[in-house]
Amino acid sequence: MKFTIDGQEIEAKPGQTIMEAADAAGIYIPRLCAHSDLKPIGSCRVCTVIVDGRPQAACVKPVAEGMVVENETPELLEHRRNIIDMMFVEGNHFCMFCERSGNCELQAMAYRFGITAPQYPFQFPPKEVDASHPDVMLDHNRCIMCARCVRASQELDGKNVFQSIGRGFDRKIGVNGEKVLADTDMSVDDRSADVCPVGCIIKKRTAFKTPIGQRLYDHQPIGSDIEEGGHE
Amino acid sequence: MSERKIIIEPVTRVEGHGKVTILLDENQQVTQARLHIVEFRGFERFIQGRPYWEIPVLVQRLCGICPVSHHLAAAKAMDGIVGVDQLTPTAEKIRRLMHYGQMFQSHALHFFHLCSPDLLFGFDADVAIRNVVGVARKFPELAVQGVMMRKYGQEIIKATAGKKIHGTGAVPGGVNKNLSIAERDEFLKEIDQMIEWSKSALKIAKDYTFEHLDELADFGAFDSNHVSLIREDGAMDLYHGNLRAVNAEGATIFDQVDYQGYYKYIAEEVRPWSYMKFPFIKTIGPENGWYRVGPLARINTCDFIDSPEAEIARQEFMGITDGKPNNLTMAYHWARMIELLHSAEKIRDLLNDPDLQGTDLMVKGERREESVGLIEAPRGTLFHHYKVDENDQVTMANLIVSTTNNNTPMNLAVEGVAKKYLSGTEITEGLLNHVEVAIRAYDPCLSCATHALGKMPLEIELRDAAGELIDRKAR
Repeated sequence: MKFTIDGQEIEAKPGQTIMEAADAAGIYIPRLCAHSDLKPIGSCRVCTVIVDGRPQAACVKPVAEGMVVENETPELLEHRRNIIDMMFVEGNHFCMFCERSGNCELQAMAYRFGITAPQYPFQFPPKEVDASHPDVMLDHNRCIMCARCVRASQELDGKNVFQSIGRGFDRKIGVNGEKVLADTDMSVDDRSADVCPVGCIIKKRTAFKTPIGQRLYDHQPIGSDIEEGGHE
Repeated sequence: MSERKIIIEPVTRVEGHGKVTILLDENQQVTQARLHIVEFRGFERFIQGRPYWEIPVLVQRLCGICPVSHHLAAAKAMDGIVGVDQLTPTAEKIRRLMHYGQMFQSHALHFFHLCSPDLLFGFDADVAIRNVVGVARKFPELAVQGVMMRKYGQEIIKATAGKKIHGTGAVPGGVNKNLSIAERDEFLKEIDQMIEWSKSALKIAKDYTFEHLDELADFGAFDSNHVSLIREDGAMDLYHGNLRAVNAEGATIFDQVDYQGYYKYIAEEVRPWSYMKFPFIKTIGPENGWYRVGPLARINTCDFIDSPEAEIARQEFMGITDGKPNNLTMAYHWARMIELLHSAEKIRDLLNDPDLQGTDLMVKGERREESVGLIEAPRGTLFHHYKVDENDQVTMANLIVSTTNNNTPMNLAVEGVAKKYLSGTEITEGLLNHVEVAIRAYDPCLSCATHALGKMPLEIELRDAAGELIDRKAR
């Protein structure tokens, strides 16, 4: 099956999403809620592409024969940049002392998009820190509602530690409803403790053990692995 | 009684923003001088609730000039929280290297960029010349040395902390990297040059002090107590030790005090006109228990320096007061340059120590609820005190920063200078300059901005008792 991304012809297998086919071809489509081990939900909209003239989330849209996909247009880059920008002001993201700095997908995405300061006013929403669990801490200040933890707990761990609760601006990640992490069967070895793209779910006592210069995004922008993989 | 206020703000070429008020009585005599710290930072409050392992990286944001000091003081406190009393040799030496690199770059910055214009051009020289650009024009070699020395120290910080400013090297119980052979060899190439340049900077400060001894003896000088960390054998130790306090005559007030119990010996007084507290030695009381910290205090308190060339310099320094504490405000510059040389010598010794290439970086221990970390920062003794709950969240923080320890001495220095140089109600450039020079001797860290060019607008206001403006001078 063939289709095009920004005019480049791409080979795809039946059932593949646009993102999967693009990844295989070495074309990086930015994403934050999508994770290769989890079912896609098209929630963050950072992967929005134009498919035959209409905006679609590349992580959930299956490829069809002859599809014309636009990825790196000025409009789409602007659109994605704005979404990332909004994530920064809707949480309390202090990269300067966040232990996920250098390994954070949101921070890396901002760097990739050349964001040095948000263009929107900070909301400074009141958020909670749940440090009740002996080995895992939840800092809701940094949550971007990607729901990776919700899916990982259900799909990979066979548990139901995390849920999305509330609506709109008040939507948040809950643990067993309105309880704290210590009340759940969360284990530090759960996959849900590994998939957080930001510094919301952190393993206690592991902070800053990787020196600056050896962190995931210290030398290469996010997406480089996909782009390099495609050239081989 | 009719009182007048003269306000000088902002003070240029100190690390931050301050404001000086000089209170006059009806006879135009100075009654009191107050150095206001206008910033309110709030760190002690807003780090509550944060996990303890985040604190060494978070609190260093207090300052962009000596973040390493806060980073290491907090890390030392958190060593205690994770139950570690002794780091691995590699971890302690990497931290020491980071600290000496910090001391070296900060002292070099202060001397060459902030203080040397005063010494080289004179306190009364035109501010258009009396700045770092003026130094670069008239003494280009000296200016280059200053830049290169600062860079050397910054590169050491980068090699040990990952970044020149606000790195992550120290973690509770150790460090996250060692020093590679390649990194070490780069530093070894230049260390002899750094020591030579340190000696020539020391000579400038020393010669200046000798040449102007009579003038300086009367310039913001006053007797005081002196406090610093001290090694168990009485040697100067900038990274670790116990607390020692001596009085103006050199008599011991307390000695070899474990700093975990610092609060039994030192208390802080609050005064309504300043956000900065006024620390004092408890047994003496707030009136006379205040003390100096920093380079001058450290040279005054220690029995000896364990690096040969700095020890020779210390003996020369103590020689002019027959071995008793030196109480001249302007002697800070000389003392600071002795420490610059000491830091360079210590860096050389560490670079030649194979422990820096060790791979045993972390130690674990039994969790504790409360811990104190102290370090001798470039500007003086820095106190970090934390309590951490069973969920690993900070519940209490008390920070006594170096500049706070020097609060009363700085006020007295300004008062002394104002009494000497203020004549009548005329606001002169000379008064302005001399007050600034006195404050700058303490290298105060008032917030996080540098005004190295001396171009900040400087304003003095004269106000009568009713607060009415009767005169103003600005530049």
